[in-house]
Amino acid sequence: METIKLIVFLPLLAAIIAGLGNRMIGNVAAKAVTTAALFISCALSWPIFLAFMGGSAEAHVVPVLDFIRSGDLNVQWSLRVDTLTAVMLVVVTSVSSLVHLYSWGYMSEDPSQPRFFAYLSLFTFAMLMLVTADSLVQMFFGWEGVGLASYLLIGFWYHKPSANAAAIKAFVVNRVGDFGFSLGIFGVFLVFGTVSIPAILEAAPAYAGSTIGFLGYRIDTITLLCILLFIGAMGKSAQLGLHTWLPDAMEGPTPVSALIHAATMVTAGVFMVCRLSPLFELSETATNLVTYVGAATALFAATVGTTQTDIKRVIAYSTCSQLGYMFFAAGIGAYGAAMFHLFTHAFFKALLFLGAGSVIHAMHHEQDMRYYGGLRKHIPLTFWAMMAGTLAITGVGVIGVFGFAGFYSKDAIIEAAFATGTQAGGVAFAVAVFAALLTSFYSWRLMFLTFFGKPRWAQSEHIQHAVHDHHGHGHDHDAHHAHGDHEDGTLGYHPHESPLPMLVPLIVLTLGAVFAGYVWHNHFLDAEMGVEFWQGSLVFDAHLMHAMHEVPLLVKLSATIVMILGLALAWWAYIKDTTVPARFTATFPAIYKFLLNKWYWDELYNLLFVKPSFWFGRLFWKKGDEGTIDRFGPHGAAEVVLQGSRLAVRFQTGYLYSYAFVMLLGLVGLATWAMTR
Amino acid sequence: MSFPILSTMILLPIAAALLTIFLSAQAARVTALGTTLVLLGLGILLWDGFDIGGPQWQFVENAPIFGRFAWALGIDGIALMLIVLSVFLMPICILASWDSIEKRVPEYMAAFLLMEALMIGVFAAQDMFLFYIFFEAGLIPMYLIIGIWGGADRIKASYKFFLYTLLGSLLMLVAMLWMSREAGTTDIPSLMQYNFPVEAQTWLWLAFFASFAVKMPMWPVHTWLPDAHVQAPTAGSVILAGVLLKMGGYGFIRFSLPMFPEASAQLVWLVFGMSMIAVVYTSLVALVQQDMKKLIAYSSVAHMAFVTIGLFAFNRQGIEGALLVMLAHGLVSGALFLCVGIIYDRLHTREIARYGGLSNNMPYYAIFFLFFTMASIGLPGLANFVGEFLALVGAYKANSWVAAVATTGIILGAAYMLYLYRRVAFGTAAGEDTASMRDMTPREWLTLAPIAAATLWMGVYPESFMAPMRNDVTALLARIERTAPAGDAQLKMGAAKPAQTHSAAHGEAH
Repeated sequence: METIKLIVFLPLLAAIIAGLGNRMIGNVAAKAVTTAALFISCALSWPIFLAFMGGSAEAHVVPVLDFIRSGDLNVQWSLRVDTLTAVMLVVVTSVSSLVHLYSWGYMSEDPSQPRFFAYLSLFTFAMLMLVTADSLVQMFFGWEGVGLASYLLIGFWYHKPSANAAAIKAFVVNRVGDFGFSLGIFGVFLVFGTVSIPAILEAAPAYAGSTIGFLGYRIDTITLLCILLFIGAMGKSAQLGLHTWLPDAMEGPTPVSALIHAATMVTAGVFMVCRLSPLFELSETATNLVTYVGAATALFAATVGTTQTDIKRVIAYSTCSQLGYMFFAAGIGAYGAAMFHLFTHAFFKALLFLGAGSVIHAMHHEQDMRYYGGLRKHIPLTFWAMMAGTLAITGVGVIGVFGFAGFYSKDAIIEAAFATGTQAGGVAFAVAVFAALLTSFYSWRLMFLTFFGKPRWAQSEHIQHAVHDHHGHGHDHDAHHAHGDHEDGTLGYHPHESPLPMLVPLIVLTLGAVFAGYVWHNHFLDAEMGVEFWQGSLVFDAHLMHAMHEVPLLVKLSATIVMILGLALAWWAYIKDTTVPARFTATFPAIYKFLLNKWYWDELYNLLFVKPSFWFGRLFWKKGDEGTIDRFGPHGAAEVVLQGSRLAVRFQTGYLYSYAFVMLLGLVGLATWAMTR
Repeated sequence: MSFPILSTMILLPIAAALLTIFLSAQAARVTALGTTLVLLGLGILLWDGFDIGGPQWQFVENAPIFGRFAWALGIDGIALMLIVLSVFLMPICILASWDSIEKRVPEYMAAFLLMEALMIGVFAAQDMFLFYIFFEAGLIPMYLIIGIWGGADRIKASYKFFLYTLLGSLLMLVAMLWMSREAGTTDIPSLMQYNFPVEAQTWLWLAFFASFAVKMPMWPVHTWLPDAHVQAPTAGSVILAGVLLKMGGYGFIRFSLPMFPEASAQLVWLVFGMSMIAVVYTSLVALVQQDMKKLIAYSSVAHMAFVTIGLFAFNRQGIEGALLVMLAHGLVSGALFLCVGIIYDRLHTREIARYGGLSNNMPYYAIFFLFFTMASIGLPGLANFVGEFLALVGAYKANSWVAAVATTGIILGAAYMLYLYRRVAFGTAAGEDTASMRDMTPREWLTLAPIAAATLWMGVYPESFMAPMRNDVTALLARIERTAPAGDAQLKMGAAKPAQTHSAAHGEAH
């Protein structure tokens, strides 16, 4: 049995056991089975990754089972292992196993934990099927599988209407992307006669410059296919236009946000573009589109992130923005840098989310940062973990010495954008630097609002409830001591550090956020080492990676400069003079409202799609089916029949007999005909 | 001559039906279940004995009755799979009716057994008029099931059902009479090879279309289906959605396409047009339904549009996809109606707003319902996906507009099914009675678990179901491929360029 089969199918097995058998084996066993399966998968994945790092492994495909055979269309269930897959394997299994562990603590009071763990493992299985796909159809299988798990986990607390709405929204908006992905697969099969990824990539260059008819237009074949497939990527990776589901997805439990909506699933689109990079490289229109969409998303999400008050939503917009970075990195041809940012981002963003979860846990499910403040003394470990995550995402580091994870990956993207020298690259560069400023601002804003300043918990309803409950009937948060009236804004509530199962993942991910960039940047990015590392599993542009080092010093320092600017701005507004934000919103209410309401995308879509769908549905039903078809069809005919034949209505069930009568007539006619000829 | 297994499969349930009428309620139930299980066994034997890659028509029986009219039976792989589907669903239907049908049980069971015989007859008939008799007579038991054991508004529903099907079948009968005179045979395999004059084909095609389009049902002759489903008892809905709707598609494969290939090609626009409207129109209507059964009925119309689109794509992926959609939809929509039936039996209402929060008190039910909801949405790994995917691949080859419009069905399908699931299983219960509903009984487990297993099997390893049908599709393609309309893709190769690499693309970076 090949290791890769174990890696992929153990989580599935665990999900089935935990999901269906939890009544027999009990809660603890269900949790243990899933968590153990993930740690085994993780332990088996790292050697594969290290083997590719050391250059001792070669890409190979492990067949599992025939899937679909229909003429030329031949699809197999199979597991592809190459460098690109190996990178994803360690990302997925590492974060997933840590999130499983974390959930022992975070979900400890939830009544349906086995269900939660089963969903998490099911998600991991689907994600692994996605990253090991050798054909577009299997990729689509994983794609939809993670969508299902995401739907189930966003709506995990299904008694909450907001969670249910968010779950449906996530699934349906993703389906809009899948609409493009599906058409892309159909088109690929039409053009290449295969859905096997290596075969497509091999055949593609011959089709450069060819044209194809689509919806009455003639379009460059490769451009069309890439754009259709990219629409799928935009859905899954929440790019501008199809991003509206991601912030709402924060309704799910926080470990889910860390695993699915930060580290793994949402990066599937980036993975897809990298996997198909030889195809995208054949169409300049397509790569430009990827660049502009990525850049627009990076900018959009970063602007919105500066105004949100819900700690998880800030991080969600941050994720959206960072995904934009990955996309335009791919768009400008720096696929290695895109994957590297995906890799480092998985660690530091999972860390930030799990850290936020730890804060929320300590603050009794309060998620509004306006009611935090001064938490660093109460939950120091969480504070330092979040600090590492913030240093990583804002890209703190000194060239040639050491930097946190994001320092290497984000700077590489910014430098590569500049180094391309193309118009798209120039736009991407400008946007990237400005978005980095915003990133630094909203990240430090989060830190300052949460951990610095004075406690502002008194107004929080969650905290009030907690304190009240404690007085009332001895709530299980017995560690929180309440001492009557307090004038310090704490209401006597003392947040406590999270339990060990939650702290261990934080510590491990902190190591990742601190060291992942430093340790691996040469493998992912270096002009020489990168070629050996990637082994052609994506388009690795050694020239571009080389040119990256030649950019002016100011460009190299730009990220650091704006990072400091953002930090200074946040410090000024949230530590030095806390009246600044209020004064700003009073001065520019329009800008503030526009950002606070997320550029009004939800309102727009509601007006354009949701309401008309229901309106048309009712129209077709009432006016179409009942008002037209039935009226002139069967009901009209009924009138005629009733008027013509009074005989039928004499029987209570007259139509029954008339039917039998007509049948009989037919049969008699038939018999007569057969006998007389 | 070997054992006449097909005749046995038709005559045995008829005999059992006659017997059950004279039995007590409980004895009728047991007899019906026993008979359907025996038939399931025979169906498995049939599948096992079917020689994939052997002659197209197998298990052939032929006994002349009078004139050219003969008791001619025989099946190809397509008929085989539809028969297997029928005998698979039947015991489940009997189980589903075990407690919920209380009045006139012996007659009810007899009606189901009779229907089973007639359904098998439709798929096994090799004589055109024998087919017609089974095809039309099969409606009588369904008609009775709705009219006698149906809901409050059953009279109107069965009346609509009757009017629609009557219109189609009379035209079809006329066409059949003309055909047998022209071709001098009523043997279906011979007719499938007969070249009818092109100018006559259009009229013949339209006459058959009138019947099959109603059975599918295609927009705009679909309005009988929601009413019929709403009024039918659960098991009636299962058979209606599971098997009777497949007769239209079967008719297209058996008659319209092979017998009138030129007309089929000429009238593709009609089929595509109606199917495209059906996908969007009925999906939107499904979105606003307040009645669970109506919602699923409308979704059936949208799903069956994939069948017609695939069949008339004139290529292998389209046709094989359409066949798989027929099988998958038979399983999944049947299961969805069972799911509705389970909660209807407890609360006696189909109104969606009366439910909610069932995940709390009926967790296993919620899992099953979710499973079939996801299958209906076309989640890969479950039955519907493979068929819909192939049908759309075929459609895209034929026409990108059709594929693009039909593919919106995956968005709308997700919207209305998830919206339904949310209102039934999530949120909070609408009332005390809803909240106190108990989870599935062992008998209900027995109805849903086998379908779930089959759905998963078809989704993961569809080859089991596709292999028997492959040669029949090849034979059909041999008949129709010459008339296939050209697709709109018209790929034109560009000037030969050297294989481009990233270094060429980014050469200017230096």
